Amino acid sequence: MHELAITEEILRIAVTHGERADARRITDIHVVIGDLSSVVDDSVQFYFDFLSPNTLAAGGKLHFQRIAARLRCRQCAFEFEPQGMEWQCPRCQAIGGEVVAGQEFFVESIEVE
Amino acid sequence: MVKVKVLEQVAKANDQIALQNRQLLDGTRTLAVNLMASPGAGKTSLVMRTIEALRGRLRVGAIEGDTASQVDADRVATTGVPVVQINTGGGCRLDANMVRPALHELPLDEIDLLLIENVGNLVCPAGLALGEHLNVVISSIPEGDDKPYKYPGIFTVVDAVVINKTDLLPYLEFDLPTFRQLIAGLNPHACFFQISCKTGEGISQWAQWLADKFAAGARSTAGDV
Repeated sequence: MHELAITEEILRIAVTHGERADARRITDIHVVIGDLSSVVDDSVQFYFDFLSPNTLAAGGKLHFQRIAARLRCRQCAFEFEPQGMEWQCPRCQAIGGEVVAGQEFFVESIEVE
Repeated sequence: MVKVKVLEQVAKANDQIALQNRQLLDGTRTLAVNLMASPGAGKTSLVMRTIEALRGRLRVGAIEGDTASQVDADRVATTGVPVVQINTGGGCRLDANMVRPALHELPLDEIDLLLIENVGNLVCPAGLALGEHLNVVISSIPEGDDKPYKYPGIFTVVDAVVINKTDLLPYLEFDLPTFRQLIAGLNPHACFFQISCKTGEGISQWAQWLADKFAAGARSTAGDV
């Protein structure tokens, strides 16, 4: 549900950088989203199509690069991708771990004309 | 076609406002706590219990976040402490920009401890800065002991986990040792409190933790002015 506010922010960031680059049009926006950042791509696209007309990014395409969650075991330091609900080290079976990837959420780049 | 590197965090604007909120709170030596939980876990009940427990020791204020209604603020206002309600209009969490005007409405000079009750939700509020000093998640016995599995994100970002409604333990299947083990695996630094807002069990330890945090904050900024 917070995707509306998030999309407004993505659009604002893209337009700011587009203006800075003297762009006539922003054709593509590349966004990096970690799997732990609780963002739904489809919702962002939906709001983007609603918000972007009459901006520099009108008609632009959103591209999402997903980053899988990655944990470092606190017991044996093994790095692993948690599967579903199980946050358990596959090597030593310790529960949990330190998050080393998956919380990213940033606008990586834009393509402009 | 030209590619322009951006590398800008989507939460950057929020974080900048959160920083301003934090500076405002630090200026009045107000300790702010972001209370997160699912709906019905007992956030407002804990706010009420905390106000009672700290009466005469700390001056408490509250911000009540909800999608709609004034119900929670009205409840908290019966205790006599300053309280502001924020309605998000359907929004699933508070953000720094919503909290900012509420801070200006409150007499922060007269508040030592500000309890910010976030919107009931275990997903969206996690990790979004409001300007708070401490993050706390409340879980409750009827919700089940699997919540850290299902919502690991929120449990990894908090300073304390409060498990509420312990008076219901004899009636429900809730594996407390496993729950604690899970929390320890996700976040070994989180403090753990077992409480019942109904019976008052554990409230004094929780309140003491807040009082200690306030005292530590006051000590660390003692030389500032």
